[in-house]
Amino acid sequence: MSLPQGSLDHPLYHFDISHAPDAGGHFGRFGGRFAAETLMQPLKEIEEAFYAAWADPEFHRERLDLLKNYVGRATPLYHAERLTKLTGGAQIYLKREDLNHTGAHKINNTIGQGLLARRMGKKRVIAETGAGQHGVATATVAALFGMQCDIYMGREDMARQMPNVLRMRLLGANVIPVDSGSATLKDAVNEALRNWVATCEDTFYIFGTAAGPHPYPLLVRQFHTVIGQEARAQILEQAGRLPDVAVACVGGGSNAMGLLHPFRDDADVRLVAVEAAGYGLDSGRHAASLAAGTAGILHGNLTFLLEDAEGQVIPTHSISAGLDYPGVGPELALMLEEGRLQLDAATDDEALAALQQLTRCEGIIPALESSHALAAGCRLAAGMRPDQIMIINLSGRGDKDMDNVFKHLGWLEDGK
Amino acid sequence: MSTRLAQVFERCRAQGRAALVGYLTAGDPNPQQSRELLLTLAAHCDIIEIGMPFSDPMADGPVIEAASVRALAAGTHISDVFELSRVVRQVNPDMGIVLMGYANVPFAMGFELFSERAAAAGVDGVLIVDIPPEEGAICDAAFKAHALDRILLLSPTSPDERIRLACDEGSGFLYYVSLTGITGADMGDINDIRSKVAHIRSLSGMPVCVGFGIKTAAQAAEVAAFADGVVVGSHFVSQIAANSDADAALEALDASAAAMQAATSGFQLEA
Ligand SMILES: Cc1ncc(COP(=O)(O)O)c(C=O)c1O
Repeated sequence: MSLPQGSLDHPLYHFDISHAPDAGGHFGRFGGRFAAETLMQPLKEIEEAFYAAWADPEFHRERLDLLKNYVGRATPLYHAERLTKLTGGAQIYLKREDLNHTGAHKINNTIGQGLLARRMGKKRVIAETGAGQHGVATATVAALFGMQCDIYMGREDMARQMPNVLRMRLLGANVIPVDSGSATLKDAVNEALRNWVATCEDTFYIFGTAAGPHPYPLLVRQFHTVIGQEARAQILEQAGRLPDVAVACVGGGSNAMGLLHPFRDDADVRLVAVEAAGYGLDSGRHAASLAAGTAGILHGNLTFLLEDAEGQVIPTHSISAGLDYPGVGPELALMLEEGRLQLDAATDDEALAALQQLTRCEGIIPALESSHALAAGCRLAAGMRPDQIMIINLSGRGDKDMDNVFKHLGWLEDGK
Repeated sequence: MSTRLAQVFERCRAQGRAALVGYLTAGDPNPQQSRELLLTLAAHCDIIEIGMPFSDPMADGPVIEAASVRALAAGTHISDVFELSRVVRQVNPDMGIVLMGYANVPFAMGFELFSERAAAAGVDGVLIVDIPPEEGAICDAAFKAHALDRILLLSPTSPDERIRLACDEGSGFLYYVSLTGITGADMGDINDIRSKVAHIRSLSGMPVCVGFGIKTAAQAAEVAAFADGVVVGSHFVSQIAANSDADAALEALDASAAAMQAATSGFQLEA
């Protein structure tokens, strides 16, 4: 699929859809549309609206104008020389998604879906959120487009990401606490789906990651490929060649697909996905669905899931709310099976250490989610040569995590 | 295909009434009590839907979600679901038995083994909320091989092409979801439901049951006047939630099931 020839030439971005799923949204044996009947027609309408919009130069003009003048793209690709020296291996470049408006990559997607919602005449948007970054990005777009906005968030996550809860409220969104299950991201998705079943006529569900029923994995990926397309052009300009490795953390897979997808056909670029190892992969308390999951069906798609032998989803753990999810995007599952994806993981402690390290040596406070990519990335880089290049996706900034981090560092006790 | 479900609807039609389809979650509040509760409900129903508890019941409201939570907390396994089905079948050789739930539970077991065990337990049909006709490739062959009907849902948002698809891909009966929402919400407008059911009938020869949100005998009677079957779920499950005493739960379920049975049989009733 592509735009009419020559209708929207752009120096940075291109608009063809490569590695598309089949007509039913399957990526190999993964993906699909395992949804309740009531949602089948609304999902089909979103799919049709997406394909129509994607083929319309006007849609991209509007989207790219907002990404540039509202979000602040292109984000820099920063050669972190002090971090590189400290690590003692490959040259480390950071893709600065933390510098986007609202502080994370999430807004690339909410701008895209918000524009779709407006095209479809929807007056209300809903979303799930874990770290609160997707919720804030959705609330922001709702404010920008004058739409009503309800955000579902696990009560556990509200406690660990309170600044984002307050930001969403300030933006005019209604934050609805979810108490069911483990009161985290997966339960927020359940609750958002329950609401959407009842409201799909006038409501657009802005899904926050490259998972869920078709067409979400596809459209979320497409809206985030600006990350990798920019990074590709930037590294060619700065270093004169492609990177040896590209690294991203994985919750559901949106920042990972955004960075990695545009390098997919560059066979010499290693693509690394970093999952949350929580207390350690052996502890059973983690969120590493690619590394430790089995094939299963949840939230509308077939993918790798953390589940017991009878298909019950098991509770996950990560210090970062945005990675604390038992599933993963179906396309990443396929890339793993095809051998195109290299897996890695970082524990809570490693992520905390990486957060402090980057802060001290580069003056950049990363999100806890992104700190997982940093921890594993630096470990890998240490074993590489100085003439090699690594790009790490710095998916978000750490402001939202400060309370949580201070608590873990013991700084909030007795006024230290 | 299973003919037992077809026979149930023929029998009801011959008696000039709608089928009563009752739902309970297997293992709620625990496998032992669930056995008595299912048998009590079955005594009043033409078809029983046995819910397979799941950790993430996305299409269910708080009442049925809580039933899943209770059942799983009490250690209900898929083997208990089959055993409970077998017990219901043993006592009720002619009634319809349908397993209802979410894709991941049969998927984890493998649809072939799942179907084999379900059929061996006397199950007639399977309704998986999150396997629409389009994803049938994952389960169809196994269901067919074990003569299990595949019950499909239709909703107010289903256009004609989806109704036809459900008729082609489904069997046993069509389950019309009376509202755009989750189980246990308020029933939709009766006139809308009546005309949609008539429309589905004009496109299909299959029996049409109506469910989601039917909580009173009066509602059941209204729906029974035009549908082939009336599905009652949350209302029965809530009898368990409301009564922590086992005998009280049995009594309450027995009374509410009797009232629904009377309502679907066309007897006069108080609203
Ligand atoms: C900064 C940041 N990075 C990463 C993630 C993980 O999500 P995904 O895997 O979709 O990129 C989140 C999710 O909230 C996030 O806020």
